[in-house]
Amino acid sequence: MTNLIEVVLVLVVLTDFFLLGSSRLAACIRIVAIQGVVLGTLPVLGHLDNLTLRLVFLAVGSAALKAVVFPILLFRAMREANVRHEIEPFVGFIASILIGLGSLAVSVWVASRITLPRPVVSSLVLPVALFTILAGLFVIVSRRKALTQVLGYIVLENGIYVFGMVLVGEIPMLVELGALLDAFVAVLVMGIAIDHISRSYDHIDVDELDTLRG
Amino acid sequence: MTLLLAAILLLILSGVAALVSEDASHPSASMGAFGAAAGCALGLTAALMVLIGGQTESLRLAWSVPRGAFLIELDPLSAFFLIPTLGLSGLAALYGSEYLQAGGVRRALGPSWFFFNLLVASMAVVLVARNAVLFLMAWEVMSVSSYFLVMHESEKESVREAGWTYLVAAHLGTAFLIVLFLLLGREFGTLDFGGPGRTIAAAPQVSGLLFILALIGFGTKAGFVPVHVWLPEAHPAAPSHVSAVMSGVMVKTGIYGLARILTFLGPPQGWWGWVLIGMGLSSGILGVLFALAQHDLKALLAYHTVENIGIIALGLGLGVLGLSAGLPGVAVLGFAGGLLHVLNHALFKGLLFLGAGAVAHGSGTREMDEMGGLLKRMPWTGATFLVGAVAISGLPPLNGFVSEFLIYLGAISGLHSPAATAVAGVGVMGGLALIGGLAAACFAKAFGIVFLGEPRSGHAEHAHEAGPLMRLSMALLAISCAAIGLLAPRVVRAMSPAIATIAGLTPGRCRDLLTPGTGSLALVVTASVVFLVLVLLLAVLRRALLAGRTVSETGTWDCGYARPTPRMQYSASSFAQPLTDLFGPVLRTERRGSPPRGYFPDDAAFATKTRDVWREELWRRVFAAAEWVLSKFAWLQQGRVHLYILYIALTLLALLIWGLP
Repeated sequence: MTNLIEVVLVLVVLTDFFLLGSSRLAACIRIVAIQGVVLGTLPVLGHLDNLTLRLVFLAVGSAALKAVVFPILLFRAMREANVRHEIEPFVGFIASILIGLGSLAVSVWVASRITLPRPVVSSLVLPVALFTILAGLFVIVSRRKALTQVLGYIVLENGIYVFGMVLVGEIPMLVELGALLDAFVAVLVMGIAIDHISRSYDHIDVDELDTLRG
Repeated sequence: MTLLLAAILLLILSGVAALVSEDASHPSASMGAFGAAAGCALGLTAALMVLIGGQTESLRLAWSVPRGAFLIELDPLSAFFLIPTLGLSGLAALYGSEYLQAGGVRRALGPSWFFFNLLVASMAVVLVARNAVLFLMAWEVMSVSSYFLVMHESEKESVREAGWTYLVAAHLGTAFLIVLFLLLGREFGTLDFGGPGRTIAAAPQVSGLLFILALIGFGTKAGFVPVHVWLPEAHPAAPSHVSAVMSGVMVKTGIYGLARILTFLGPPQGWWGWVLIGMGLSSGILGVLFALAQHDLKALLAYHTVENIGIIALGLGLGVLGLSAGLPGVAVLGFAGGLLHVLNHALFKGLLFLGAGAVAHGSGTREMDEMGGLLKRMPWTGATFLVGAVAISGLPPLNGFVSEFLIYLGAISGLHSPAATAVAGVGVMGGLALIGGLAAACFAKAFGIVFLGEPRSGHAEHAHEAGPLMRLSMALLAISCAAIGLLAPRVVRAMSPAIATIAGLTPGRCRDLLTPGTGSLALVVTASVVFLVLVLLLAVLRRALLAGRTVSETGTWDCGYARPTPRMQYSASSFAQPLTDLFGPVLRTERRGSPPRGYFPDDAAFATKTRDVWREELWRRVFAAAEWVLSKFAWLQQGRVHLYILYIALTLLALLIWGLP
């Protein structure tokens, strides 16, 4: 099953790059949803020989959350705030992809130096997890719209998911549910916050919310 | 142990109950106050049982915090500190239930009682915690809940300033404690520090460092000079029953922490004793000097807390010095004096703060120069305040004398030993004598200006006596002051298990070493009883002689001056002026005003103000320097969330790469 897992991992990398290079918010939301579905298959693929009900439940639950609930919330926020494009990000889209390539290189290098406590299904897991975390962080840092930052947050969480799911294999159910709940609440709160920010200020540009500094 | 846990639970629950029933102020107040009193009574029983029985009770529960357990233990030392903590807090709660009702501004009392009960509960947990994380958590709850209590009248600018000072000081102190407990945990190999006779086996430099960390961290709470600056700010700002608890027992948790740490550090080094004695002398003498220069009754009492903490440090220092020099006799007397002074100071300072609250409440002012003649208007408050004043001045037969006498005895028995200890003994005796004399002068001023003479203003003229619960708690405290004074030998024997814990001796040996001291105390007590009986007989004789005659009041003869007024009495600053002038270079009192000019002077004014030298000269500069350095990094704070996340991401990445093999 290693081949299938590697296909999934490559798909994750591609979706990361898509997110880094696209300015259309609707497309970004969809690509993050696709990433969620793709990731949902990982635990099942990793344990095909000893599949349990718990794993299936976990996979279906997280995929449903990431592919259905989050997009609905985010599309609603997009409509409410009336934004379609990420205009003038702090770092341009071409530059973002170049930086993405650079961080992919860094991830591969770092991953090659880390010794893991137990063997991993595929040598790709660690670099992809690190790269997804870095890509999520980069999106949060470099984009202007609060909506895109939420997307960055979800991608960051996905990176942690990859890391935990394949590395540890058997994450306690409670921890996994906790992480999902965490992401869910974060998206919900950010959605509401975006709504309120856009109502109060007529925009959702986070860089204009800097009056609280000392 | 069950009893103590029940007490802590009752305290917390009644606090929460007071908080949720906040709308109706009266029931919430009584729920909080009487819950606190009942909880304190329960806990007090538990502590007394352990101190008398002498056995240690402990409870260990597993919890998710790594490297340790939820471990609490009630040993004689903890029990000894619990007694004043719970006793004074319970009485202060009774007092406060009446005191807060009568406050000028109507405000919801629920939060106030919530934080009061939380403060008492957290102090109890601090005293029994034997796990570093649990201890620090309780310590923080204690600091923060007392901060909210100080901020009771937060609409006043001065109160906010005081609260802020307190919060900063509390957190700086805690920072040292965190380092202390981490190092201690490394030496022990676990964050638990329960069990009898556990000591670390570390190099002298390490245990010296731990001692210094404990001295600064716990000293900030206890109020050693120069880290005392929050005390004279926070105590006057808080409501009086809170000042009583904070000054009487909360600062003692600092002393407890220091004593507890000393038991872990193994055989003490001589210089620790010298440092403690030096701290004690500077805190004691400077505290009482600054107290002399105050006009605000509660600020005066707050500086006296610094002084008394100095006396306690003298006792502890003498004990440590005695241990390191191999003189258990000196050590036991020093520790006994220091520990007993913890209890005594809680009683008389609590009493005095409650009295000051009753005065402020009855007359509507805290300025001593507006008071006068209150003894006739507030006889109960006046009488109990007098008891507290005599006790704090260290005069027989009251309790303040007993503890200071034990320290004197320790210093005297140190005179027979090698030169270094003898020098320390002479220093302690000289310092203690100076402190005692100045304290007596200061309370002659405080009692005289406030309670004697004629009213200096309308405030004092229309003063009224405090309510029954307030009088009850003051009276109980006054009775305990007298009881400890008169039962001194028994009390000292009863507390020998606690002394033995610090000194690292067995209780039996400790009791043997204390026998000469208790013998002298018994002599003094007998003499004072005889003296009291004589005074009583004289009073009866006077009454009998005056029985048939008319007693009238008239003005003092004033060399023929036709229009004497109450304002021509001694004022708070003029009474203390000879002494404040003598110590002028230390006090740096500011004088402002215009002296009378010409043959028929009309306008003249005079005012003095004594600011805290350390706050003005030392800490203001330190904080200004810190601000200057930190302002260099202001460019980091751009107010943009993106950048902050970038900082975090870069730091994480750098740490990851740095940690690579």
